[in-house]
Amino acid sequence: MTSEQPPLERAQSRPGGSRRAVEQGTSGLATAESPRPDRFAGLRHLMPQWSAKLGAGLVIVGLIVLFGLLGPLISFDPRDSSYRGLQPPSSAHWLGTTKLGYDVFAQLAIGTRESLYVGLVGGLVAMGLAIVFGILAGYFGGWLDEGLMLATNIMLVIPGLPLVMVIAAYVQNTDGLGDFARSSTLVALILGVTGWAGSAVVLRAQARSLRTREYVAAARVAGESGLRIIFVEILPNLVPLIAAQLIFGGMAAVLGEAGLSYLGLGPTNSITLGTMLNDAQTGQAVGSRAWWWYVPPGLMVALLGTGLSLINFAIDEIGGPQLRLAPKAARQQRRATKAGKGVAGDGAFA
Amino acid sequence: MRFYLRRVAFYVITIWAAVSLNFLLPRMMPGDPAAIMIGKLRRASGGRELSPQVIQDIYALLGAGNTTSPWQQYLAYWTRLLHGDLGLSSTRYPYPVLELIGNALPWTLFMVGLATVLSFVLGIAGGAFVGWKRGTWLDQLVPATSLLQSIPYFWLALVLVAVFSVQLGWLPIVGAYDPFDFPSGPEWSWPFVASALQHAFLPALTIVISSVGGWLLGMRNMMVSTMSEDYVLTAEAKGLKPSRIRDRYAARNAAIPSLAGFSIALAFVVAGSIVTEQVFSYPGIGKLMIQSVQGLDYTLMQGVFLVITLTVLAANFAMDLLYGLIDPRVRNDI
Repeated sequence: MTSEQPPLERAQSRPGGSRRAVEQGTSGLATAESPRPDRFAGLRHLMPQWSAKLGAGLVIVGLIVLFGLLGPLISFDPRDSSYRGLQPPSSAHWLGTTKLGYDVFAQLAIGTRESLYVGLVGGLVAMGLAIVFGILAGYFGGWLDEGLMLATNIMLVIPGLPLVMVIAAYVQNTDGLGDFARSSTLVALILGVTGWAGSAVVLRAQARSLRTREYVAAARVAGESGLRIIFVEILPNLVPLIAAQLIFGGMAAVLGEAGLSYLGLGPTNSITLGTMLNDAQTGQAVGSRAWWWYVPPGLMVALLGTGLSLINFAIDEIGGPQLRLAPKAARQQRRATKAGKGVAGDGAFA
Repeated sequence: MRFYLRRVAFYVITIWAAVSLNFLLPRMMPGDPAAIMIGKLRRASGGRELSPQVIQDIYALLGAGNTTSPWQQYLAYWTRLLHGDLGLSSTRYPYPVLELIGNALPWTLFMVGLATVLSFVLGIAGGAFVGWKRGTWLDQLVPATSLLQSIPYFWLALVLVAVFSVQLGWLPIVGAYDPFDFPSGPEWSWPFVASALQHAFLPALTIVISSVGGWLLGMRNMMVSTMSEDYVLTAEAKGLKPSRIRDRYAARNAAIPSLAGFSIALAFVVAGSIVTEQVFSYPGIGKLMIQSVQGLDYTLMQGVFLVITLTVLAANFAMDLLYGLIDPRVRNDI
């Protein structure tokens, strides 16, 4: 398909794309459950459907964010090492103390806050780069697409963690950066700059499909500039997908920071969940069976990741309604068969 | 043919980009990695003066110091690489980087290869089964696998060590084989292979547990989509056995995108293996990478990064060729 082809023709020559749009439209109407036209139907169509997964994800992430914001206010000073070392959990120290006498609960609270910060900054940077690379490539096509996609694919196949380690090792040992060289902000930036490629591929695919829609063609005929079309016509329709990429990028940044810190390449002047695990490793927490020291930070990262991916599941189902509808249909059919109403036996579809 | 040419061109460009990145990074930094490295080498050699040859090697690898133009430095860098000369290590002075990598690489390939294949097979088979049973209680459990994926690798490894090695004492904690039973190093005998397998078990288990969820979920989603295709309905209407529809009609087609996603999953496994090797002190390439980064051994770090990248690219290339063989649409639709 060449780019000289008029946009309208291109839209019509792709029956697959428009059929999917119709299907999505009907599924959106069916769930609205009201026969009269709904002013917010278009908006609601973009929002994830309420489900147990989404609810659980929001609750988990919400609680962790609350803990990160409020926890440090009610806990001890995380940098106070005057307590007796390696105490198991008690009423005075809810999660015990570390080998050097820090309160684990206090460190967990401030560590959660810092890790969330790294996730947010890293996720935003990755999302921004993914938007630039993915949407420009997808919308403009041609040589720009080839070039940007080549860069994206190179970033995608070069293994991420080794690259981050190499960059961190150089950057953190340059003079002239001062405190910034070992700060959590710099770690987040490095993770963001190396972690955008996967999201760019997803956004490009969607932007490519959007540019063949009639309303984009109409905007182009009306003489709107390419950038205006991207910002006004295309970006708003990509909001759920971009949100999913932000969540994905944030999750990757939190996990990446934990890994880097565990290897001793993390921020030195702040406490994160990763640096806590690094302390636990160097302090032989596993050998001395101090489970209260190394279990909470890892569990916190795992829970945060789980919550975020549960939200992502719900967002995924906007783009691919059959992921939600097919299991539902199969379940209904199975129930009907059980009640003796079905025509299908116990074949492939029951 | 065009497909293969395009892929070869892509990998050539990627290798060029990775090498150039290796060349540029130390030269872009305001500090002087070469000076740090020479200082470290001098200390490692016990204060003796380094030969001019060694110092020249370091400048060629890390830049700065001499007066040749960047372009000449770049050419010299390539010449050096193509001759297989990656310089000397400072943390393991006076071993050449290439020799250190040569000793470490087989262990990683053995352990990570085992884990990747296991995880792939388990994930595809499990995903096909769960997708077949879509909408059942089993299907509802799938989101729980994302918990496995969100667990940091090294933390899972720590927990496994705490349970199986510290608490139960079943499995060894460190190393790739028992150095007391085999003091003369690796050998080809059954007891040695048994010892190596025993030591690889926990690291491999860590990688399998945390990477199987991705395969499982991807396969399950593709299976659900494939099951609503017309040809599956036709097969059902023809009265074929459900097991035949599942295996020959749905699963085979649903597995194709999983193969395409192999490169992304591989990156995940490589990252995981680096931290996992650190936890278990497994003498592989990841351990070497960490050692070099912590000791600011820039030559070793460059070499290891290059070798990891080349290995990953080779695996991806093999997968691309296989993919083109299985799915003719990829070859034609460019």
